[in-house]
Amino acid sequence: MKTIVLGVESTAHTFGVGIVKEREIIADTRYRYEPEKGGIHPREAALYFMNIGPSAISEALRSAGISARDLTGVAVALGPGLGPCLRVGATHARAMAAYLNKPLIPVNHAVAHIEVGKLVTNVKDPLIVYLSGGNTLIAAFNEGRYRVFGETLDIALGNFMDTFVREIGLAPPYVVNGVHQLDRCAEEGKELIDLPYVVKGQDVSFSGLLTAALRAVRRGVPTENVCYSVREIAYSAIVEVSERALAHTGKKEVLVVGGVAASKYLKEKFEAMTGSRGVELAIVPPKYAVDNGVMIAWTGLLAFKSGITVEPERAYVRQRWRLDDVDIPWFGQ
Amino acid sequence: MLTSRGLGSELEVLAVGAEAVLLKGYFLGIKSVYKVRVPKPYRNPKLDLKVRRERTLAEAKHMISARRGGVNSPYILLVDPDAGVIVMEYIEGDLLRNILNSLPECKACTLLEHIGIMTGRLHNEGIVHGDLTTSNIIVCRCIGKPYLIDFGLARASEDIEDRGVDVHLFLRSLESAHFRVKDMAFRCFLDGYGKVVGEENLTKVVNKVKEIRLRGRYVEERRRHY
Repeated sequence: MKTIVLGVESTAHTFGVGIVKEREIIADTRYRYEPEKGGIHPREAALYFMNIGPSAISEALRSAGISARDLTGVAVALGPGLGPCLRVGATHARAMAAYLNKPLIPVNHAVAHIEVGKLVTNVKDPLIVYLSGGNTLIAAFNEGRYRVFGETLDIALGNFMDTFVREIGLAPPYVVNGVHQLDRCAEEGKELIDLPYVVKGQDVSFSGLLTAALRAVRRGVPTENVCYSVREIAYSAIVEVSERALAHTGKKEVLVVGGVAASKYLKEKFEAMTGSRGVELAIVPPKYAVDNGVMIAWTGLLAFKSGITVEPERAYVRQRWRLDDVDIPWFGQ
Repeated sequence: MLTSRGLGSELEVLAVGAEAVLLKGYFLGIKSVYKVRVPKPYRNPKLDLKVRRERTLAEAKHMISARRGGVNSPYILLVDPDAGVIVMEYIEGDLLRNILNSLPECKACTLLEHIGIMTGRLHNEGIVHGDLTTSNIIVCRCIGKPYLIDFGLARASEDIEDRGVDVHLFLRSLESAHFRVKDMAFRCFLDGYGKVVGEENLTKVVNKVKEIRLRGRYVEERRRHY
């Protein structure tokens, strides 16, 4: 019999419900919380999730053409993410699993980004560059887990970009037609101004760049030049640490995952780097690079087949659940 | 570049690192490594030139200071910052990364202790390495001693923060590539480090390393501070 897993994602701004039947995606429902001003307010996002959650699940089951009874198990992203948001997804998933008497499968959101990336791009053992609003890390599989080789020492790349454009009055909305406001503003820029380029070993740091860039805008440096310089410096630093990690790990593929993976300027830089090293580059298409339920369902399916489940009363959310805390017994299968 | 000035011999590619190409050859009759920082196609040319020039100069400067402080590192023979080139002596040996997992425990411990001693001496000299990983240490085949290489991200600093980052980077390279021996390796490293910097500095740096690790995103231990 085929394994069918429903996955619930609610770590940040997206409430996603995905259903997979083995390697086939049979439902993909998403609801995204869009703040009118400022960033994601966890409580507001959680309230929104509570309102649309049940119908999102019914909708996913309907679009898959199955009944909840047909599910083999229910997977849920228990972390990392925003506490109030995580708890909504977890509550839905626990209730479903308990009511239907189906196994509940705990999924780490970061692992899910990687697994769905591998599924849709067909890479096998890549260096992983995970860039999103809340995450900036470089990892690779070694001895049973995805080990972290480099990460941000302070703020994440997406958070940095969002904060910068918000502070200079360009956002929200942060992304228009799939292009981030930073990339948009940088298109007009020509001149590179002197801002800190911080690479510490295999780690990056953006807080100093953020402060210096905001100061430059206040000082009257043309905004487009600051945007251009910020983009050049931030993206170059990411590509540089990725190249360092490639040299360190000897991996032959690079997989870029997460919501910031969509930037074409970042892609150009990655192509230049991987091209010169003779390494394959795979960037997860925007549809699966952003948060979604399918990645939770797919990773849940992999985990379930490796015998990983959790009792609903023990399925606590973990806001700071690290990628390298998770055993990956299914790797290479 | 250098060969055109009649200084270098035929060069053979030794390694293509992340930011530089290492070439092997002879310089004035001495077996040497040419470290050439190549332009990065993904970086804006102006930014690229600035980064390469600054790092070449800094690297040479810090390697010289490191030797002065009693750290094993290659002798420098020539520096050309605009070309991004440093010529240094060739060290016969293996990268620690390649041999650590297969060394007998007692041997590994002595080696790691020595690396701790050299890191301590470097810090006492007012320098931090900036990229202290098992890929940046060569174990010399002749005398079995470790050499620190790649001072490309080294900086003059006496901050406990920067010293902590060095130790943190080293610990993480143990965790990521030498998971089975990491506890022993780190303990031996700290033994050596403490001998050189003293009990007080050791405690400060170790506490800083803990703090740095808690600062990383999604660290479980941080919860306890709430």
